Amino acid sequence: MAHGAGGKASRKLVEGLFAPLLFENSRAPLGDAAHVKIDGSCIAITTDSFVVKPLTFPGGSIGELAVNGTLNDLAVSGARAQSMVVTFVLEEGLPTSVLEGEVRAMAAALQRAGVTMVGGDTKVVERGKADGMYITTTGIGCLMPQVTIDVRSVRPGDKILLSGPIGDHGITILLARGELDLAADLSSDTRCILPLVEAMVEEAGPGIRWMRDPTRGGVATSLNELARDSGFGIVLSEEEIPMRDEVRGACELLGLDPLHIANEGQFLAVVAPEYADAALNALNRTEGGEDALIIGEVQTEPARAVLVTTRYGGSRIVDMLVGDPLPRIC
Amino acid sequence: MASRTAKDLRCRTKVYPIYVDPCLRFDMRYVDEFRDPELIVKASGEIHRLADSERHYRIMEVCGGHTHAIYRFGLKDILPSNIELIHGPGCPVCVLPMGRIDDGLAVARNGDVIFAAFGDMMRVPGTCGSPLEHKAQGTDVRIVYSPADALQLARKNPDKHVMFFAIGFETTAPSTALTLMRAKAEGVKNFSVFCNHVTIIPAIRAILDSPDMRLDGFIGPGHVSTVIGCRPYEWIARNEGKPVVTSGFEPLDLLQSIVMLLRQLQAGEARVENQYKRVVPWEGNRAALKVMAEVFQLRPYFEWRGLGFISQSALKIRDEYAEWDAEQRFPIPGTRVTDPKAAQCGEVLKGVLKPAQCKLFGKECTPERPIGALMVSTEGSCAAYYNYEHRKAAALVTSISSVA
Amino acid sequence: MCLAIPGKIVELAPDQPHLGTVEVAGVRRKIDLGLLQDDLPVIGDWVLIHVGFAMTRISEKDALEQMNLLAMLGEAEQAMEEVRGYGLEDSKGP
Repeated sequence: MAHGAGGKASRKLVEGLFAPLLFENSRAPLGDAAHVKIDGSCIAITTDSFVVKPLTFPGGSIGELAVNGTLNDLAVSGARAQSMVVTFVLEEGLPTSVLEGEVRAMAAALQRAGVTMVGGDTKVVERGKADGMYITTTGIGCLMPQVTIDVRSVRPGDKILLSGPIGDHGITILLARGELDLAADLSSDTRCILPLVEAMVEEAGPGIRWMRDPTRGGVATSLNELARDSGFGIVLSEEEIPMRDEVRGACELLGLDPLHIANEGQFLAVVAPEYADAALNALNRTEGGEDALIIGEVQTEPARAVLVTTRYGGSRIVDMLVGDPLPRIC
Repeated sequence: MASRTAKDLRCRTKVYPIYVDPCLRFDMRYVDEFRDPELIVKASGEIHRLADSERHYRIMEVCGGHTHAIYRFGLKDILPSNIELIHGPGCPVCVLPMGRIDDGLAVARNGDVIFAAFGDMMRVPGTCGSPLEHKAQGTDVRIVYSPADALQLARKNPDKHVMFFAIGFETTAPSTALTLMRAKAEGVKNFSVFCNHVTIIPAIRAILDSPDMRLDGFIGPGHVSTVIGCRPYEWIARNEGKPVVTSGFEPLDLLQSIVMLLRQLQAGEARVENQYKRVVPWEGNRAALKVMAEVFQLRPYFEWRGLGFISQSALKIRDEYAEWDAEQRFPIPGTRVTDPKAAQCGEVLKGVLKPAQCKLFGKECTPERPIGALMVSTEGSCAAYYNYEHRKAAALVTSISSVA
Repeated sequence: MCLAIPGKIVELAPDQPHLGTVEVAGVRRKIDLGLLQDDLPVIGDWVLIHVGFAMTRISEKDALEQMNLLAMLGEAEQAMEEVRGYGLEDSKGP
């Protein structure tokens, strides 16, 4: 299970097995989407599978996640999604009303984003498999010309921007499972972040070095990937990291670190210092980006690691987790 | 729903009369005020002032929760270099022998059994894998936040048997005890507890008896003390001449406790003091001690990983509750596993070695592939040091107290 | 053994006196009050929660006292330094 959780085990699987055997240019750093040339035009393509229990939860459902997740992966690679294909793996016995609900949710999400679904496939598996349904979406889009995402362009002094409060999605799912008997007024933050990315690119395109959407594994995992791929250190300021009270309360109660919790409607951006304020203002002025903040910067040390500092001078390293974050009592 | 993020909070007016800092989240009362950065800087300054530069202080924090807090809040960065914090054995996951995990999982392999345990236990390796690894192979393993939730699982699954794998010191034992009392009172028959509760005083005694250990004082357990009170530590001050300050878990709690210890050491005193007064009653929690006595008795001896057999140091379920005692309901193999010779868990547990001084640290033994329990439990000294500290460049840390 | 969090009692069940609902920064959970049965908390009380059980009541008075002590740290020394600065001591000069 740890291999699907987005952390160290996942990375080992991808880098150790998939990349050498499957990916042609496997020495290049892995990104959220691939940019390929077809007949001279450069397009972006990405794919993602969605596995979530329960299927519906406050703020969304698996269908919405499946659409937004792929749109977001394209957006943070600097591309505007145009079309999508989908595959469903359905569990025998899944009520048609549930399937219909998800398809409607997907249609609504696609319409909001102005993206068309152009094909798909469906398979049914035995009762007891597929947790109801699994959805895979593959999206293609055109690159935004004003921005080039390349982790090799990241430099010490670059600022780290975060689009909004962290942890909403992961904690909502944890609570929705009902195993921990906790209740809170919290919803998943699933949304298409393309409008925010576009606003930022418009104002600060040349200064944007790198972006990522911190899904499973949270902000900690994405920034650790940045640190390792760039060879630099990422230093964050604890007090600047935004989160809702309920996320904080749940994390304190369960002994979880909000930096490891999944997000489905946020993104991180590394921006050159001379463009950082313009990028931030663009986000703050755009609907849904009011809570965006600069949370830290790239530094030479600690190399390949992420450090969180506090105003009183204390600091701690934040690493990727091995598997999913687990509640603790000790 | 209001989104109260750092930006909004910069404009908040004061709510709690004790301090005002609009940049801090104040919504967690009795937590946030004890994380006030200005007061932390002040407390750190006082510690620098009090610490005698001619002296090297060795202070042990007994409790794993304190170890975790020290690293999480980066407190070593703001202590003077002549104060060395030594991590004690108060981590119930770390001291649990591997054989006990094997025994618990042996019971769980029965098709009708649900193995319920805290999240802390899920990745702890037994000889044939951890509970999560057993889950991958088909064993019904569930994470619970509370023993009460395990009992609820039993109520909801009458055709299965729920076995709660209980761990913890005296902080957690009363909750297990009360849950057993409720199970008995309700007549819930498909529930049992595999009891691994241990007591803190024998562990401290083992530390003080260790010939390699030289300590100046103790940061005493915080939450264990809410149950047992402060009296059980008096022998440490009286007979061993070491001051003990029972401490809370927020940065200001720990720093204030160090101030109190330094003041005692400066004055040549050795007393038990209670820094965590807002929560720890000097006499402990009588009701909690009563339910523990009702349900549990002391085992004549129990094996502690890294510390060997210690007499009168662990709890066993009384015969009156035999029906709910997994060790009496199920055949238990009684597995004993010796740790690999190269793993120096015992010495790190006793504070004789620092995590990085163990030959396997960071190489064969990492949080991904833990060889010893100190690397698996997030409050174990090895895991805490590995996760939070050991990759910090010296340049970033203004004053490092002790780096192995 | 150590993760315990302060929470406020927001609900009590009259038919189940040993249970209560506690709130921590907007997150709610039912907890067992059995360990405080000698002195059951009321709505508005703050308790320390560990594994779904209330361990003790939190004393506001002691918390305030502690904060005052913390606020005063170093102040005695500061006052002494000010006094020394007046040069009133007969031993060493400023």
